[in-house]
Amino acid sequence: MNASLLLLADSRLPAGGHAHSGGAERAVATGAVRDEHDLAAFLHGRLTTTGRVAASLAAASCALATTLLPDATPAGGPASGGGEAGWTALDAEADARTASPAQRAAARTQGRLLLRVARRIWPSPVLDGLALAVPSPHHPVALGAVAAVAGCPPRDAALAAAYHSVTGPATAAVRLLGLDPVAVHRLLATLSDTLDAIAGTAAASPHPDPTPPEGSPSEAPDVWAALPAHAAPALDLLAEQHVRATTRLFVS
Amino acid sequence: MGTDHADHHHAPDGHGRALRLGIGGPVGSGKTALVAALCRTLGPSMRLGVVTNDIYTTEDADFLRRAGVLDPARIVAVETGCCPHTAIRDDIAANIDAVETLEERFGPLDLVIVESGGDNLTATFSRGLADKQIFVLDVSGGDKVPRKGGPGVTSADLLVVNKTDLAPMVGADLTVMSRDAAAVRDGKPVLFTSIREDRGAHTVADWVTGMVHDWRHVHATPETPHATLHP
Repeated sequence: MNASLLLLADSRLPAGGHAHSGGAERAVATGAVRDEHDLAAFLHGRLTTTGRVAASLAAASCALATTLLPDATPAGGPASGGGEAGWTALDAEADARTASPAQRAAARTQGRLLLRVARRIWPSPVLDGLALAVPSPHHPVALGAVAAVAGCPPRDAALAAAYHSVTGPATAAVRLLGLDPVAVHRLLATLSDTLDAIAGTAAASPHPDPTPPEGSPSEAPDVWAALPAHAAPALDLLAEQHVRATTRLFVS
Repeated sequence: MGTDHADHHHAPDGHGRALRLGIGGPVGSGKTALVAALCRTLGPSMRLGVVTNDIYTTEDADFLRRAGVLDPARIVAVETGCCPHTAIRDDIAANIDAVETLEERFGPLDLVIVESGGDNLTATFSRGLADKQIFVLDVSGGDKVPRKGGPGVTSADLLVVNKTDLAPMVGADLTVMSRDAAAVRDGKPVLFTSIREDRGAHTVADWVTGMVHDWRHVHATPETPHATLHP
């Protein structure tokens, strides 16, 4: 594991994540989550649906970014980082896996903010290229690219994405319900094996061939169509209810 | 917001952009009233944008929009996830995003005001978000507050003590507040206001105008000419 992963996964990374609850605020408001027991089910459900998809997208993004790194290309890499068609295609795959417009907006906001801070922390033509192609990418797409630039392999990017999918809601539930923070962290610890398994599977997901045959449309590989697409209709509904709520503490 | 294709993820550098003014202070001290007053007084001569950080609703943004002091599109609300101080100090990403979105849509601007959610005496703005900051207290919070200090009171570029009209009713001694504030602020300015009586908060507006002039003098670029001010 690359130490940069710790910075990327840290909730103190100043990329706006603290203001998102991943549906937890609306779940609390509607009474779906009232205690630790409910939260455990909520987090497990979120991790194995949205979290799994995010992990796969992050791994795919990390793999794509790695092929675009200056030392990965023969001529030292294109000045702009390149990869425009690839970024656009991968971001479209993320859109296709995010049914709720509110969730799309939240994912894009978090992606844009992460990309902005990462471009100051780890400046790279690869991130410039992503920002040029997709100024507000889905969060997992941004996370994967940033992970690659920071020196992490796809598995680490997937792990960070899966971890991110549960820590935000868990922290939000502590704030909203006054749950015992230690009990909630114990809950997160019980998800470790699942997190590892999801990251491992995500890293084994289909990735673009870094050395495609001449003339092939290598930047928008069809293999991404086979990335996981687990749906979580309840989370979609919570997200849509949340943006329509008159009072809210969290963006999503 | 910010979903257009302009690539504005640059490192912070004041050149060619508006002065960013943070306004913080405890709940109910008059932050939103001050923002409205500044818009009222400065609006005719400056190009403004406002970002609000509401705690639980879009009440502040709605109040400002209803007040008719500024084009509603120039007022953007940011949610802070239970932690108003985090959004202005530790993780300023959403606020920076909102400020840059305003500059992108309406720029060049002369002044962007970022109003924090009501918080405690330790809440201050990161220098990465606000170039200058005002901390707003009110006399009904008790005349001991300036003496208690805290980063907001001691370090803000301007301390505003609002609701002076209430001083006789709550038994607050303005002389004590003035003396204590001077003692903990190391010479930085303090202004006493009653925005209820002076709806333009003119003394504060004059201070802000001076800050905008100074900012422009140092940071103006030929590419981003500023409007002529008529203070």
